[in-house]
Amino acid sequence: MLQVKSLTKNFDGFMAVNGAGLSLEKGQVIAVIGPNGAGKTTLFNLITGQLAPTSGTIRFKGEDITGIPPYAIVRKGLCRSYQVVNIFNRLTVFENVQVAVLSRRKHTFNLFSNARRMAVNETSRILESVGLKDMAHSISGSLSHGDQKVLEIAISLGNRPELLIMDEPTAGMSPEETEVTLSLMKKLSDEMGLTILFCEHDMNMVFAIAHEIMVMQQGKSIIQGKPDAVRVDKQVQEAYLGGDDICYA
Amino acid sequence: MSASPKTDWKKLIWALMGVAVFFVLPNFLSRFSIYLMALIFTTGLLATSLNMVLGYGGMYQFHHAVFYGFGAYTTALFLTKTGLPGWVAFVCAPLASALLSLLIGLICVRLSKLYFGMFQISLGSLVWAIIYRWYSFTHGDDGIHGIPVPDLIASGKSAYYFALIVLVVCLMIMYRIVESPFGRIFQGVRDNPERSEAVGVNVRKHQLVGMIIGGTFAGVAGSLFVVVEGSVFPDLLFWTLSLEILIMCLLGGWFTFLGPLFGAAIIVLLRTFVGIYTEYWTIVLGIVLMLLIFFLPEGVLGYIITRYRSRRNPKFQEG
Ligand SMILES: Nc1ncnc2c1ncn2[C@@H]1O[C@H](COP(=O)(O)OP(=O)(O)O)[C@@H](O)[C@H]1O
Ligand SMILES: [Mg+2]
Repeated sequence: MLQVKSLTKNFDGFMAVNGAGLSLEKGQVIAVIGPNGAGKTTLFNLITGQLAPTSGTIRFKGEDITGIPPYAIVRKGLCRSYQVVNIFNRLTVFENVQVAVLSRRKHTFNLFSNARRMAVNETSRILESVGLKDMAHSISGSLSHGDQKVLEIAISLGNRPELLIMDEPTAGMSPEETEVTLSLMKKLSDEMGLTILFCEHDMNMVFAIAHEIMVMQQGKSIIQGKPDAVRVDKQVQEAYLGGDDICYA
Repeated sequence: MSASPKTDWKKLIWALMGVAVFFVLPNFLSRFSIYLMALIFTTGLLATSLNMVLGYGGMYQFHHAVFYGFGAYTTALFLTKTGLPGWVAFVCAPLASALLSLLIGLICVRLSKLYFGMFQISLGSLVWAIIYRWYSFTHGDDGIHGIPVPDLIASGKSAYYFALIVLVVCLMIMYRIVESPFGRIFQGVRDNPERSEAVGVNVRKHQLVGMIIGGTFAGVAGSLFVVVEGSVFPDLLFWTLSLEILIMCLLGGWFTFLGPLFGAAIIVLLRTFVGIYTEYWTIVLGIVLMLLIFFLPEGVLGYIITRYRSRRNPKFQEG
């Protein structure tokens, strides 16, 4: 479904991504791991079009999407959530998700319908599935950090993605909130058949859910494979898994 | 907020009552007060049109007066230079302003926030300079006076009613737009352009359309000015007026729909009555602005609404 080949990103001479590759089949859950600064976020920004790559290609559903603007990529069914909370602060929780749903339904330039009556069912269903229904009418900026991270995911569901890219979905969450998010991701994968690509610091979580793991270091992808294969890989162990500092936050 | 039909009904009844009051009001007012009210309607429409772009779109529209003045001049020139029926002048004004918004917008939406505002000021000043200099066509500094406004709306009272009706109709359309999918997404763009792009919104195109909408209604306000005042002059496009309109929005509350209307009323009244006693109107304006930033960052109406809500629901806090 997604093929990334020898991707690079040069920030004024610094190679944040330096020959990254990735391959992803429909229905898979794939984790990208690697120390802070390895280039995971940059890789995701390249895939979703927020940044233009210096070289390399990205193919989604067989189509070359390298260098296409983000709004066009989303419309193809490739959506993302962010590491740092990135929501519509002054809108209510409901409206946050509704914006995505309205945009997907191509109502962007509909000037005269009443938005209050539109996309209500679908938006409510999404909020219900992620457990934010009770807060539907709160201003999103006033939510707790954990709830805002969940809203992050809910907004991307509004675009009805086929491939969902999640940048550290549990960053800054309490253990309980992490647990809830983990089961939400399982539900998205198992029940809704979403393909998920995510990166994460929490190793337990990665090994609990990922079908395959890709390891990044200094902008390069060093391996992609089954969790057990990655766990015993020499290069990965040298990189950090086997070392003392499993906690590389 | 929660979208119950009950609150919609309440709003509608309040609005109808308000309009009814303004319909009978001229019977109790002096000629000057009627003129002043009509000027407030005109300026209120202008401020609301800016707020479409500023408060709902989050764009630093620093030179909104250009679209107002451009509309006013279009109406004035059509009425004085052509023999076309009067209504043509009034239809062409918003169209001309829309076109100007499109041109200036095409250049400005490519720029980041502050540059957007700065560049708009320079482009707007260029338009001002052309009108100021082109004496043979626009009468430059002198302006155009004694414009032959159609008889039906020429007298003080009929100008008042015309301005009132146009204001109400325009407010209804703008409210509709704010509550439309376009408006909802526009507010998303205001809050977070990056995320909007990531949910499939073509942000620049959206901003451009928003600018055209704001400019169009500013053009309508410009042609109202011709009706109310019977003259036009280059100050209508000068940047100090843009500053005044900005202050109206901030003063009234730029995150509320009717706030700018209140702000416009306050500023027009202040300018009229303070202007009699002192020529340092701009200094007064500056002081108003400073007090505002320190004490009422959400504006007058914004403040009232927040207070009202927190009293009704103590747990509610605006983020
Ligand atoms: N816009 C940018 N300009 C310059 N350097 C950047 C930019 N974004 C990220 N970087 C650098 O690229 C490297 C990779 O960052 P990032 O992709 O955020 O890593 P990760 O998400 O794996 O922690 C970091 O060293 C970071 O400082
Ligand atoms: Mg990161």
